Amino acid sequence: MFKKLAIGAAFALALTPAASFAAGGGEQHIEDFDFSFEGPFGTWDKHQLQRGLQVYTEVCAACHGLQYVPLRTLEDLGYSEEQVIAYAADNFEVFDPELDDFRPAIPTDHFPANTGVGAPDLSLMAKARAGFHGPYGLGINQFFKGMGGAEYIASLLDGYTGKEKEEAGAVLYENTAFPGGWISMAPPLAEDQVEFADGHPATVEAMSEDIAAFLMWTAEPKMMERKYSGFVGVIFLSLLSVLLYLVNKRLWAGVKGKKTA
Amino acid sequence: MSGIPHDHYEPKTNGEKWLNSRLPVVGLIYDTIMIPTPKNLNWWWIWGIVLAFCLALQIVTGIVLVMHYTPHVDLAFASIEHIMRNVNGGYMLRYIHMNGASLFFVAVYIHIFRGLFYGSYKAPREITWIIGMLIYLMMMGTAFMGYVLPWGQMSFWGATVITGLFGAIPFVGDAIQTWLLGGPAVDNATLNRFFSLHYLLPFVIAALVIVHIWAFHTTGNNNPTGVEVRRGSKAEAEKDTLPFWPYFVIKDLFALAVILVVFWAIVGFMPNYLGHPDNYIEANPLVTPAHIVPEWYFLPFYAILRAFTGEVWVVQFASFITGGIIDAKFFGVIAMFGAILAMALAPWLDTSTVRSGKYRPLFKWWFYLLIIDFFALMWLGAMPAEEPYATFSLIASAYWFAYFFVILPILGVIEKPLAQPETIEEDFNAHYGKADADATPAE
Repeated sequence: MFKKLAIGAAFALALTPAASFAAGGGEQHIEDFDFSFEGPFGTWDKHQLQRGLQVYTEVCAACHGLQYVPLRTLEDLGYSEEQVIAYAADNFEVFDPELDDFRPAIPTDHFPANTGVGAPDLSLMAKARAGFHGPYGLGINQFFKGMGGAEYIASLLDGYTGKEKEEAGAVLYENTAFPGGWISMAPPLAEDQVEFADGHPATVEAMSEDIAAFLMWTAEPKMMERKYSGFVGVIFLSLLSVLLYLVNKRLWAGVKGKKTA
Repeated sequence: MSGIPHDHYEPKTNGEKWLNSRLPVVGLIYDTIMIPTPKNLNWWWIWGIVLAFCLALQIVTGIVLVMHYTPHVDLAFASIEHIMRNVNGGYMLRYIHMNGASLFFVAVYIHIFRGLFYGSYKAPREITWIIGMLIYLMMMGTAFMGYVLPWGQMSFWGATVITGLFGAIPFVGDAIQTWLLGGPAVDNATLNRFFSLHYLLPFVIAALVIVHIWAFHTTGNNNPTGVEVRRGSKAEAEKDTLPFWPYFVIKDLFALAVILVVFWAIVGFMPNYLGHPDNYIEANPLVTPAHIVPEWYFLPFYAILRAFTGEVWVVQFASFITGGIIDAKFFGVIAMFGAILAMALAPWLDTSTVRSGKYRPLFKWWFYLLIIDFFALMWLGAMPAEEPYATFSLIASAYWFAYFFVILPILGVIEKPLAQPETIEEDFNAHYGKADADATPAE
C-alpha cells in the first residue's frame, strides 16, 4: 500500500511544476502550433529560422533588441561566414567605445539592444513566456505540449482581433493571446509585408510561426546539442541500469533462497 | 565504530602496518564500507546514496559554473547567458545544476517520509534524525540562495519575499532584514553575500552528512521491520546482516542508474519544466511579477506560511494575548518554521514503542493522509491566495501540525500494534525463503 501510494505520489509530483502558475488569468487562447523543433527528436527547420530572421530584421528590429545573441552564431542558421559579415554590416550599427563613435556591426558583436520605445528584449522571450498552464495548476499540459513559449509568441502575433481602445492616452489593441486581452503593441505584421527569397507565402500566420521559431532559437540556440546529449545519456544510463540490474540479481542470488512459504 | 560485531581491518603488509600505526585511514574506510547492514532493507532505503550523489553532483557542476559566473547585479543575468551560449557544454552544466536541485529535494523528501513511516527517528537514532533535519534546513537555504544568483525576476522577488519574512520578527525584524540584505533592499550586496553563502553551505552540508553517517553507523541502520539486529555475537549478527559492500552498494547504484535515466531525460528534453518562465526576464525592482511563486520544493511550507491570515481565530487569539506583538505575518513565519520543527521533534512526540509503520494498523492511515496532505499543501502553495484555496490551506496546515502534536502522541497510547517478527532473518526468509545450504554469499 505504502509503495503504491508513494509511486502515485511521485508521479503526481513529477507533474506539478511551480511553473504551471506563470502569467495565467484572462481568456487567453494559445494555439498549439506544430513546430519542427518539438519533442525529443525534433530539429530546427533552418529555412524557417532564416525566414524568421528576415521578419525580425525587417519588422521587429525597429523596436525590439536581441542583446544576448552574438551575430556570429547566425552561422548556425546555415549562413556562410561571408553572409554573416555582410548581414551584420548591412543591418546594424554599434557604438564602439574605442572609436567613441558608431560603426557597422561585425560578427563578434551582439545584436544591438533596443530600448528606444520601451519594447522588451526578445533574446529570451520564447523561454520567458509559457503558453500552456494547468489544469488546476498541475502542469499536465506543459508535460505533454511543452512550455509553449514559441506557441505563445506565434499566437500573440496572429491573435489581433482588429479592435482597439484608448486608455489613459495610450491606444490598446485587443489580442486573444495576451493576458488581460489588451496589448499596447500595434499589430506588427501585415500580409505580404516581407518578401521571402524562397517564395514561401508571407501570410500573417506563416510569418508569426517563422518569427516564433526564430525566437525559440535565439532563446535556446543549443537545443539540438542538448537533446542529443539527453538522448545519448539516456541510452547509456539505460544500458548501465540493465548491467547493474543483472549484477545485483546475481549478487543477491546466493543470499535469497527460494520462497518456501 | 559500529555497535554491531563484525570483522575489522587487519594490516597485512609492512607498508600497511606502517601507515596504519600512523594514520588508520584504511581501517576507517574499511569499517565504513563493510558495515553490517540489515539484509531486509527495501527499495525505500536507496535514497541516501541518491542524496550523496546529488551533493557531489551539485558541488562539481557548481564549482565549474562559478568559473564563468559574475556575481554583480548588472552582469549576473548576462553571465548566465554567456554560460548558456559560449561556454563549452555550459548549457548542460547549468541545466544539470538547475534540475539537480530538484532531484536533491525529491530524494530528501522521500528519504524523510521513509524515516517517518518506518520510525527511523526513534531511539536510539534521534541524533541521526536531528542532523538530518539540520541538513534539510541548510539545503533549503542553499537552494533559495542559489535561485537568486541568475538574477531573474523570480530570483529578485523571491529574495524580497523570503528575506521579508525575517522583517516580520517583532522589534528587531527590520534590523535583521537590513543586516541580511546588506542594505535597505535586495541589491548588489545581497547578491554577493548569497553567492558567498551558496558556495559555503554545501561544504557545511558535506560535513553534516559525515556526522549523519557516523551517527547511524554507530546505532546501525533501521530496517523495514524496525526490529534491531542481534548483537550477541558476530555469528548471530551475520544472520541478520550483510556487508554494505558489495550488496547494498550495487543495489543502490542500480537504483541510482534508473533514477538518472529519468533525470537525464528531463535535463535533455524538458530542462525548464520545473523552472519558472519569469526567471528568464532580468530582475527589475520596478516591475512586480503577477504571481510570486517559489520553487516546487518550497511550496508545502509556503502554503503553511500563507495559510495563517488575520482572519483565522488562532492568529487573532495569539495577537490578543501578546498585545499585538505576534501579528498575522509573524504568526505565518512561526507556523512555517514550526512545521519543520514539528518534524524534528518527532522522536519525542511519537509515544509508540513500535518503530515500523508496518505493524501499526492505525498509524498507517494517518501517515498516508500526511503524504496526501503534503502534496495538497504543495499544490495549494502554487495557487493564488484566494478562496477556496485559503480555506484548504488552513485545513491542510492544521493537519500537518495535528499529525505531529496530537496524532503521534495519542496513537502510541491507544493503538494495539500487530505482531512483529522476532528477528530480521525471520522477516527476510519469509520474503525470500532460506538460502540454499551450500550456496555461500559472494565476498
